[in-house]
Amino acid sequence: MTIWHKLRPYGMVAPAIVIFTMFFLYPIFYMIYLSLFDWNFVSPTKTFVGLANFRDLLTDSDFMKVLSNTTMYTLLTVTLTTILALLLALWLNRKSLFHGFVQGAIFSPHIISLVSISLLWSWLMDPEYGLLNWIIGLFGFGPLQWLSHPGTSLVSLVIVAVWKGLGYNTLVFIAGLQSIPGDIYEAAALDESKPWTTFAKLTLPMLSPTIFFLVIINLIGSFQVFETIAIMTQGGPVNSTNTLVYYIYENGFRFFKIGYASAAGVILLVIVGALTIVYFRLLARRVHYR
Amino acid sequence: MAKIELLGIEKTFKDETVIRNLNLTIRDGSFTVLVGPSGCGKSTTLRMIAGLEKQTAGEIRIGGTCVNDVPPGKRNVAMVFQNYALYPTMTVRGNIEFGLKNRGMPGKERQSLVHDISEIVGLAPYLDKKPQQLSGGQRQRVALARAMVKQPQVFILDEPLSNLDAKLRNQMRTELIQLHKRLGTTFVYVTHDQVEAMSMGDEIVVMDKGVIQQADIPSKLYHDPANLFTAQFIGTPAMNIIDIRDAYGLELENGEGVSYVGFRPEQALIGKSIEGFRLEGEIVTRESLGAENVYQIRSRCCTFFAKTYLEPLLTEASATVVVPYEQLYFFGPNGERRRGVRALAKRLATAGGV
Repeated sequence: MTIWHKLRPYGMVAPAIVIFTMFFLYPIFYMIYLSLFDWNFVSPTKTFVGLANFRDLLTDSDFMKVLSNTTMYTLLTVTLTTILALLLALWLNRKSLFHGFVQGAIFSPHIISLVSISLLWSWLMDPEYGLLNWIIGLFGFGPLQWLSHPGTSLVSLVIVAVWKGLGYNTLVFIAGLQSIPGDIYEAAALDESKPWTTFAKLTLPMLSPTIFFLVIINLIGSFQVFETIAIMTQGGPVNSTNTLVYYIYENGFRFFKIGYASAAGVILLVIVGALTIVYFRLLARRVHYR
Repeated sequence: MAKIELLGIEKTFKDETVIRNLNLTIRDGSFTVLVGPSGCGKSTTLRMIAGLEKQTAGEIRIGGTCVNDVPPGKRNVAMVFQNYALYPTMTVRGNIEFGLKNRGMPGKERQSLVHDISEIVGLAPYLDKKPQQLSGGQRQRVALARAMVKQPQVFILDEPLSNLDAKLRNQMRTELIQLHKRLGTTFVYVTHDQVEAMSMGDEIVVMDKGVIQQADIPSKLYHDPANLFTAQFIGTPAMNIIDIRDAYGLELENGEGVSYVGFRPEQALIGKSIEGFRLEGEIVTRESLGAENVYQIRSRCCTFFAKTYLEPLLTEASATVVVPYEQLYFFGPNGERRRGVRALAKRLATAGGV
């Protein structure tokens, strides 16, 4: 056993370790470190303030509003995306040219940049010239303010998120449906199972790992929503669409309250971290029907 | 209990015809085995009886009523699938009673039925387990129980034993035969394994390329095949077939139109001096299976198999084989059996006093 033999495995993983440390571990720990200081990004001195940033955050009514916005946005987006995607997948899970076309069409938003999507929807949702108001006008509904009114702005963003995420979610559901062996459905047909019973007793439980996967991935993704908000609403009107990541960005890069932003970042880390742990814990205990 | 009639059945997938003009009556209470190589249409036939596949043309009758437009669940048939197709989300009990629940059978009645059936197939200790916690043989029993509990008129089994190991397969084979005896229900069984077909069926339907080659009882199928396909499909090793032009020393009476002559490996008697079709050749391979030995022999005309029972393994390099004339089978150019053909020894040879 030469030294080379002993060192070789470490040498092999070194690049990955270096990259992981530089770009993942270091920023996380640096953020936790910064959250304990008051700093404006440029001054050479950082003032240690202990947990004051956290205290300020948790007593700040704006931050509470941001948390409730984020939670609301996440719940609406995840619920709507999952249910709609499941329904679409059930409908699209057959082979025909038309179904293939629809599947491709609803998937296409997934590969478009979020910036383009945000600009497109800003135009669609324009209160005066927007296509959406024109369409609902045809049915006799009054013009909506969409993004410009605190009552509809968050829901408008949810619509964009659902529209973008639907294709991917549907595709994953279709894959899940196709992994269910066909002879189970034949056995159910011979057992005189009605369509609803078959869905509730067989399809849905067998899809549960897929549903679970999508819900968690969507939860984590929605909690970190940023681009659409930055481009379409900048958190307004009257803070009605300000969410966690946008709040962090605002405090860090517009108000230069780095310590405060880092503290909010730590809270986001805790939330997403908790969701991830829940995911892996439950995944390990999940029944796999194979 | 019911008999099944298939009248002029035709099945086309896109532009490929897999079954053409199939007519078959499956006797009430019989154990009928559909057998044939893969792609012969046996599974499709079975699935049409179950209603999982719709025939392109023709009529299917179960117990005298046409079931062409009856959905699978209402045909009063139960099916055992090759991969069992158990419901992985339900317990063994759930699997067995699912069909009964869907029929709206009251809980008490259901309980006692499930209890009885699980006693019969030996599943009682496993009722609250999920299928994935069971072994292959136990899953097979769940599939059987799920079929039995519905007390169907017809049992349909699609290669149910092919996923089991050899020992378990033999055991389940016996159990299925006993089950059939006990229930007296019509069993329709599909397999590609001719040994399984011969050992289980009391009526065997040999199929090839979507056409029934012969439907008969096992012994007739073996001793009196209707054509070359059946003759070669049934039996291990398969019947030896020789082109008539290569069969030197064979003279036929009524022999016009005969293209092939065949004989069973066990009828090829090695080293016996009796009257018959004589072949000499070099022993190429020897397989000793204990009670029986199988030899592959290469002679001037062809390579063929010979089988002996309860005799020591031959070590000689070559052998002379005699097939008694009455054990020869004759076939026409299209493989159809030619009856009434008689083989005679060549006069020259007999004059020489063999």
